[in-house]
Amino acid sequence: MTEYRFIGKPTQRKDALDIVTGRIKFINDVNIPNMLYGKVLRSPLPHALIKSIDTAEAESLPGVKAVLTHRNAPQWMAGFPLHVRLLDSKVRYVGDEVALVAAETEDIAEEALRLIKVEYEPLPAVYDVEEAVQPDAPQLYDQFPGNLLPRERRMFGPRTLQEVAFGDVDKGFEEADLIIEGTCAYENIPNPLPPEPPGVIASWEEPDNLTVWSASQGPHMFKVTLQRRMGATSMTSLGSPVGASYGSKYMSWQFVLPAAALAKAAGRPVKLCYGKAEHMAAFTVRLGSRIHGKVGMKNDGTVTALAADWLVNTGAFSEITQGMVSVGLGEAQLMIRCPNWSFKPRMVCTNRTASGQVRGFGGQELKCALTPLVTMGLEKAGIDPVEFFKKNYVKPGDGYYWRDGKWWVCNGTDYTAAIEKGAATFGWDKKWQGWLKPTSVNGTKHRGVGVGVHGNADVGEDISEAFVRIDPNGTATIYSGLAEHGTGQRSNICKMTAEVLQIPLASVSVTPVDSRVNPFEIGPVGSRGTYAIGSAVIAAAEDAKKQLFELMAPKFGAQPEELETRDGMVYVKGDPEKKIPWFKGMGYDRTIMGKGRFEPDFTLPNFMMIFTEVEVDTETGKVDLIKVVGATDVGQIIDPPSLTNQLNGCLGSAGIDSALFEETVLDTRLGRIMNPNMIDYKWRTFAELPGMEHEVLETPLPSHRFHAVGVGEITPSPGPSAVLMAVSNAIGVRMAEYPLTPDRVLKALGKTAKAGKEGNR
Amino acid sequence: MTLTLTVNGEKHSFVIGEGSREVSPSHTLAHTLRERLGLTGTKISCDRGACGCCTVLMDGKAVLSCMLLSVECEGKEFTTIEGLGDPVTGALDPLQQSFIDHTAFQCGFCTPGIIMSAKALLIKNPTPDQEEIKEALAGNFCRCNSHYHVLEAVQAAAEKGGQQ
Repeated sequence: MTEYRFIGKPTQRKDALDIVTGRIKFINDVNIPNMLYGKVLRSPLPHALIKSIDTAEAESLPGVKAVLTHRNAPQWMAGFPLHVRLLDSKVRYVGDEVALVAAETEDIAEEALRLIKVEYEPLPAVYDVEEAVQPDAPQLYDQFPGNLLPRERRMFGPRTLQEVAFGDVDKGFEEADLIIEGTCAYENIPNPLPPEPPGVIASWEEPDNLTVWSASQGPHMFKVTLQRRMGATSMTSLGSPVGASYGSKYMSWQFVLPAAALAKAAGRPVKLCYGKAEHMAAFTVRLGSRIHGKVGMKNDGTVTALAADWLVNTGAFSEITQGMVSVGLGEAQLMIRCPNWSFKPRMVCTNRTASGQVRGFGGQELKCALTPLVTMGLEKAGIDPVEFFKKNYVKPGDGYYWRDGKWWVCNGTDYTAAIEKGAATFGWDKKWQGWLKPTSVNGTKHRGVGVGVHGNADVGEDISEAFVRIDPNGTATIYSGLAEHGTGQRSNICKMTAEVLQIPLASVSVTPVDSRVNPFEIGPVGSRGTYAIGSAVIAAAEDAKKQLFELMAPKFGAQPEELETRDGMVYVKGDPEKKIPWFKGMGYDRTIMGKGRFEPDFTLPNFMMIFTEVEVDTETGKVDLIKVVGATDVGQIIDPPSLTNQLNGCLGSAGIDSALFEETVLDTRLGRIMNPNMIDYKWRTFAELPGMEHEVLETPLPSHRFHAVGVGEITPSPGPSAVLMAVSNAIGVRMAEYPLTPDRVLKALGKTAKAGKEGNR
Repeated sequence: MTLTLTVNGEKHSFVIGEGSREVSPSHTLAHTLRERLGLTGTKISCDRGACGCCTVLMDGKAVLSCMLLSVECEGKEFTTIEGLGDPVTGALDPLQQSFIDHTAFQCGFCTPGIIMSAKALLIKNPTPDQEEIKEALAGNFCRCNSHYHVLEAVQAAAEKGGQQ
């Protein structure tokens, strides 16, 4: 294996000092002169028409500078396809935006909200996907009859993957030895819940010149998606460090549009930062996912046919649901080899806060419902799930339809070795006792094990561009629109550049996230940071180095390709003694700018397997997570501690714990979320950590010069279905609902009376 | 009416009132630290005492600054993340250095609160074991799951402190 100077070695995060000293400025730490504070009046009803709004009293409150309602707000639209008005005369969920206020202080803005009088005409509401598609169901949008998102609008080009339908499912079912039919759902709509609530500052310097400073995971994209919509002829998008996102702060129009509208109305900059209750009740949750499926299988576990009606609950609008569904459909094919598919999604609007982009991006939601169905067949056939996943996970030479609707052939790694290594570390062979059989029983404590798998081919999705400028003093500056959202990716592209140019890591920096300065960057999503963004940066650094050598070759009487550089010195390969510094070659009055661009490549799926061991107390129903082992192969580790951190991230951000205790509880009588606070929404504490180990292989991949792919996004995704399997095995009863709270476990064990608070459960 | 707080060794006096430069009786300590003193290292996340992001030291003990009204804090001494290092040399507190060395953060938003909780623990108990560290940090939310690295960082800092 190649020995690198920086790649693969633990190095200090570039932003480490700012983080541990509190000097780092998140969006709500920034105040700009003359700034106002924005607040949102939200609907108390799940579905209603606004009959009247009286803002007179709010407007007359001293310190209030702008009040916007559907009557005077700009007619900006959002959602996909465009269907959400900035402010509408109809509200569609508890928490929907009714009015906006900008005032001198947050207190005044909040007081003004209380003075706005709204008269509603309540409409019947619908929360369940299957009720929502009934002919007599309440209709959320005139343009979406049956509450179904239209399929004709395509997110990823004219052939966007909208279903997986190939082969002959009837023939496939005929060939099957056993057929499983059933329904499974992952509908607890957990919240990714980054600690930093969403926030933005918007300012119009001139009537049509907008600056947006935001905690977005992909701020550069605002110029593409939002500028025209907000009527700006010029727009500057500035990024700030993101107090985590897990995908949720990518499509940020939910908070950007209101702030920009208020800033325009008030003629002053406006900061709008959500409070935690707003964050939890009126911002992004996961998609609801329910599958009515039919799986045909041979006795040896070969899947012969897969048919499914996939009902996707997007809540009150679609942020990017069609895209998530496309990617999920692609990912299903990576997990299961099957020649005959009829997997058809229906995307449904309901009266609750909208689902949006979250780590796992459609695939996690799909798998959490599909895996339990498929494994019902394994149970019947008595097949070990590890063997099944080993046999089925996509291998080099296998093909799949990806999000663009095109057939791609895997050119990546065979992950069999990673699976075997992970299984050995976990002790799978010893712990696995067969389906619905506990690993051990000690009084009321039943242990069980389960396994899940996930992977995506999005590590090479979309376009990234980067410039690398080298200066005569031996330093390099990366021009990239990459926002730091916690993975350490801004530091990692510095490592890649330092490795290419062989200069100290301290000599490499990245420009601030500023759309005026940086070339196009779609953002660090889908684990694409390492391969896609990395490739653009590496190409730019190599281009800069090539230009430097071309400039300096005559000084050595050599060809450019004969030269080498290290620590700001250039020399002929093999003769490092005769060296000339960059500044002698470049002069003080020159900089060199290298350019790099990455084009999409869907041939290198990444991989994550999660093994879990749980202990269930059959007396109390409580489930404890005892042990987690992650297994993957990343080609080449870029930064070991950052990778470990990402792998450990499998628990939270609506990952493994969404199978155990995380859920957004919707009161379907009032349409209200019952737990929009961090006491009632359960999260894992330091005192409850499971044992955690990872097996990370480094089999070089044909990605870029460091042969790596990213894996960070997908680490939580295999976890929930693995936990469901583990608990089922521990108690000997097949579980099919998330999360596995004590009441569900006790019910499965027949230990609770039939009556009681069933609610919507 | 005035309010006097000592923060990071410096005494600050405020007029109590509703003006834009004054401290309102309804302001939390977190708000006063951030909006009146510009000490934005103290983070507000849940603002309801559940997540620990706003943890600061009050007379050497960890408190949630979102759960204290500023006017309740007359005469108290506070340390925030900005005041942890050596005020003369600017050197980092060993805990801060240990967090850097162990990459004990990802997004970094919850980090100041976690460091302040850990600091309070080490003041009270300079040689904690893993369980004591976990218990002391149980009120600090970390959604990126940097917990494992944090535990290593705090343990290492405690061990180093013991050797000095």
